[in-house]
Amino acid sequence: MTINERQDQIIEEFAQFDDWMDKYALLIDFGNSLDPLDEKYKTPQNIIEGCQSRVWFHAEMQDGKIIFKGDSDAVLVKGIVHLLIDVLSGHTPDEIVNADLYFIEKIGLREHLSPTRSNGLVAMVKQMKLYGLAFKAKENK
Amino acid sequence: MTNSDIQDIRNDFPILTEKIHGKNLIYFDNAATTQKPRCVVEKIEDAYYHYNANIHRGVHYLSQVATEANENSRGIIANFIHAKNNHEIIFTRGTTEAINLVAFSFGEAFCKEGDEIVVSVMEHHSNIVPWQMLCERKGMKLRVIPMNDRGELLMDEYKQLLNEKTRLVAIAHVSNVLGTINPVKEIINIAHKNEIPVLVDGAQAVPHLPVNVTELDADFYVFSGHKIYASTGIGVLYGKEKWLNLMPPYQGGGEMISTVTFEKTTYNELPFKFEAGTPDYVGSVALAEAIQYVEKIGLQNIDNYERELLNYATAKLSEVEGLRIIGTAKEKSAVISFLVGNIHPYDMGMLLDKLGIAVRTGHHCAQPLIDSLGIPGTVRASFAFYNTKEEIDTFVEAVKKVSEMLR
Repeated sequence: MTINERQDQIIEEFAQFDDWMDKYALLIDFGNSLDPLDEKYKTPQNIIEGCQSRVWFHAEMQDGKIIFKGDSDAVLVKGIVHLLIDVLSGHTPDEIVNADLYFIEKIGLREHLSPTRSNGLVAMVKQMKLYGLAFKAKENK
Repeated sequence: MTNSDIQDIRNDFPILTEKIHGKNLIYFDNAATTQKPRCVVEKIEDAYYHYNANIHRGVHYLSQVATEANENSRGIIANFIHAKNNHEIIFTRGTTEAINLVAFSFGEAFCKEGDEIVVSVMEHHSNIVPWQMLCERKGMKLRVIPMNDRGELLMDEYKQLLNEKTRLVAIAHVSNVLGTINPVKEIINIAHKNEIPVLVDGAQAVPHLPVNVTELDADFYVFSGHKIYASTGIGVLYGKEKWLNLMPPYQGGGEMISTVTFEKTTYNELPFKFEAGTPDYVGSVALAEAIQYVEKIGLQNIDNYERELLNYATAKLSEVEGLRIIGTAKEKSAVISFLVGNIHPYDMGMLLDKLGIAVRTGHHCAQPLIDSLGIPGTVRASFAFYNTKEEIDTFVEAVKKVSEMLR
């Protein structure tokens, strides 16, 4: 599935609910169903530390594609981590660096779930794209 | 206070009728900042529209009116906290600036390498970091009073910390996280027996309890205007004349000088020595207005009513499955920090917000305290006299609902 195909799916999933509490319930489901991140990857290096909750991202290269794993100690944030991993994991560094993540706007995440700068989506997306750039630089060596 | 008194008070605060995400606003973040009554906002408008001029400088009429308003406010504030002299009231930007002022100026005058400052484990960052900066500048040491499981300071340990190297004790009157009302009178007595001065951070106390700095015998007492229903950007440092006179100025500039030549500047007298630059002379007037508003209701009435809210909310919240209250001191102000099971405070706060309820989540700028408790933070509900038991009922139902979702 391409990045945009998965984005469109997610938009549809959230569109079935009108009430924000239902959308949150869906996001909590996403948070609870995220594959656990091995404790050994919860290193200070992998952390995006903010005021409110902690987020970890780990990335590795498999057959030219980046596999993301992640976690957070807050389940709503974990839900966002899951969505971002769903969309971006398993794609090439190029695809990740150039991805236009329109689903964030469409499902209202930016408006509703970006309360602190450092833990906001911006920091997470930036971190994932930085991984993309880093792996790309490695490939081109 | 009766229900109709509370309704009258609520009518003075226009923001309380706002809708948040389509729900009635329930504002339980009063320890962070309080809402403003109409009279305070109108006072600000009045000052800017009718007597705005730079104070202490002009010979013209408006400047004199503005100067009088500012100095009149100083008097109202001095009376409010029972200071002996108006010139012992220094206007600052807030509690944080007041503590930084003392940490710098007192530090310059009285501290040297090897000396010690005593704080408590439950301090807000603003009553830790300025002292740490002083310690770094001078090669001094910060000593910390520990607390018990209920969130009460260990007084025996406190006595042990004091010695001939201790230069100052800096302590919160009321903890912003736990709500603990510290025995500041006793703390000051003990320090004074050792000839050590005490700074009291009154940010969380002044809006909720009657405070008498003379009776407490506090050497310094600081608080913020915005937490007592006034505008942001104005705060107060009360300091005993004897200390303030011996301390060098904090900042240089206009107004704080007596004469200036390029060779030598002599400083103005109190309080102006510590008020460099154009002060927030509208903020000071707004603060005096807010204080008069609070005095009209009566601090004792406010204290009684808020205790009622605290007891009611504590009992109601205790019925929520898996909920534990962080901070159960015998003497407590209307602040409740809590956690439900393993639910992260951030998740709880986000979902409560969607139900129109404003609470604070996280470490509340008291990271050392939160770390010492071994928790990721708390959800904090803090009340003011415009809150109601009905709001608490709605809030407790919301906590139950959100806990169900997150379990």
